[in-house]
Amino acid sequence: MVFSLADAISHAQSSARAVLEGPDINRALIRISHEILERTKGAQDIVLLGIPTRGVHLAHRLAAHIRQFEGRSVPVGSLDVTMYRDDLRLRPARALGRTELPADGIDGKIVVLVDDVLYSGRTVRSALDALNDLGRPQAVQLAALVDRGHRELPIRPDYVGKNLPTSKSEIVKVYLEENDGRDAVLLLKEDEK
Amino acid sequence: MKRHLISAADLSRDDALLILDTADELAKISERSIKKLPTLRGRTVVNLFFEDSTRTRISFEAAAKRLSADVINFSAKGSSVSKGESLKDTALTLEAMGADAVVIRHGASGAPHRLATWVRGSVVNAGDGTHEHPTQALLDAFTMRRRLGSLDGRKITIVGDVLHSRVARSNVLLLSTLGAEVTLVAPPTLFPVSVDSWPCQISYDLDAVLPKSDVVMMLRVQRERMNAAFFPTEREYSRRYGLDRDRVARMPDEAIVMHPGPMNRGMEIAAEVADSPRSTIVEQVANGVTTRMAVLYLLLGGADLGGEIQ
Repeated sequence: MVFSLADAISHAQSSARAVLEGPDINRALIRISHEILERTKGAQDIVLLGIPTRGVHLAHRLAAHIRQFEGRSVPVGSLDVTMYRDDLRLRPARALGRTELPADGIDGKIVVLVDDVLYSGRTVRSALDALNDLGRPQAVQLAALVDRGHRELPIRPDYVGKNLPTSKSEIVKVYLEENDGRDAVLLLKEDEK
Repeated sequence: MKRHLISAADLSRDDALLILDTADELAKISERSIKKLPTLRGRTVVNLFFEDSTRTRISFEAAAKRLSADVINFSAKGSSVSKGESLKDTALTLEAMGADAVVIRHGASGAPHRLATWVRGSVVNAGDGTHEHPTQALLDAFTMRRRLGSLDGRKITIVGDVLHSRVARSNVLLLSTLGAEVTLVAPPTLFPVSVDSWPCQISYDLDAVLPKSDVVMMLRVQRERMNAAFFPTEREYSRRYGLDRDRVARMPDEAIVMHPGPMNRGMEIAAEVADSPRSTIVEQVANGVTTRMAVLYLLLGGADLGGEIQ
């Protein structure tokens, strides 16, 4: 599913529904930042780990908000889960994303995994396996910008930007300024992909 | 990418960059305390070595194990090959055991190519005769990229026994694909006949080329393959084509010295040069594991590409 910006805009103009626009995404992230601060008692000992590509941008945005509210910078990293996926054999080998852990590592920390869309839960399962090889966090939590349902594993998010009831034939596409030049979450019908 | 890796010429620029980028990510694994990924769990890699090898065989074995593949080592000594079994029968045996990849080193040029027509799995050439050694070229390119950044327009000089070197041929093909300018330097007797058709320059004068080189790669003088007098004496070869301290001083400050190993210290490379900080010889070995992990992952990690036995 690779979309160019031009595609995205033409979709947006035709029939695809924009579920969240830029300001909505921003408000959702601000709320999640506050929830993280609340749930982790002031974000002591937390590490935000984004799942490439867009989860990493979201993790950086959350860290920026937390810095703004509390004046403290929380470590941010990225966690590529490609080598741990359970569907590797279904497609040709794919390029790897970047894994970068903060200098202090994740041992004893509260790791907040950040992803753009939570769907089957399989990516999160891969991420949990990957974490297992990298250290032993005190706890792992999950933040997702959009939860579209249809879980195939017993996994639930701790922080959600928007719960989005979808049908399996629909496609949720997240665009972020850093990657795609604008902020939006679109809901596309199968025939529009 | 193709299903096999037999020649460096099989790789397009995009393929080669994909392997090097993947290796860049995998390099971090060797710094972790748990140096293992579950990616190739349940897949079998056979190391089929008809020629002696230390670093290449160990390197492939480590690479496969770090990706959780099962590894079967096969060396010609002590196997049915010494009873006269043919390559084809050996291949059929491996096929029956269900090898997903066969890493082969063979003294005959073209053996991996033949093998690829007999087995269903991926064939990786780990050196065939005087023909090619593509994973060595990949790890060399990876090492250069880590030290120097992009290889576009870089001037790379490969010195020594080009005639018997599979490393030289694979490097010339791969490095030119990656946009580097390669110059081969050797005595006229140690160039193969077809070298004019290779995508590189040739020279007989090492001292003239050194000041313009970003990388100087020394090749081993392969006495075991030499069936004639290619140069008068070792001493004369070493004087004209050996890399000593004085020659290193003539290289640009940032330039690096490489050698695929095993070295003849004092012959093509002086011991103090081999052990200097500008030498990447030990790094090359470490990078070999990483690069071979990238190759095995990209060949075996995805969907079965549906290979048919021809």
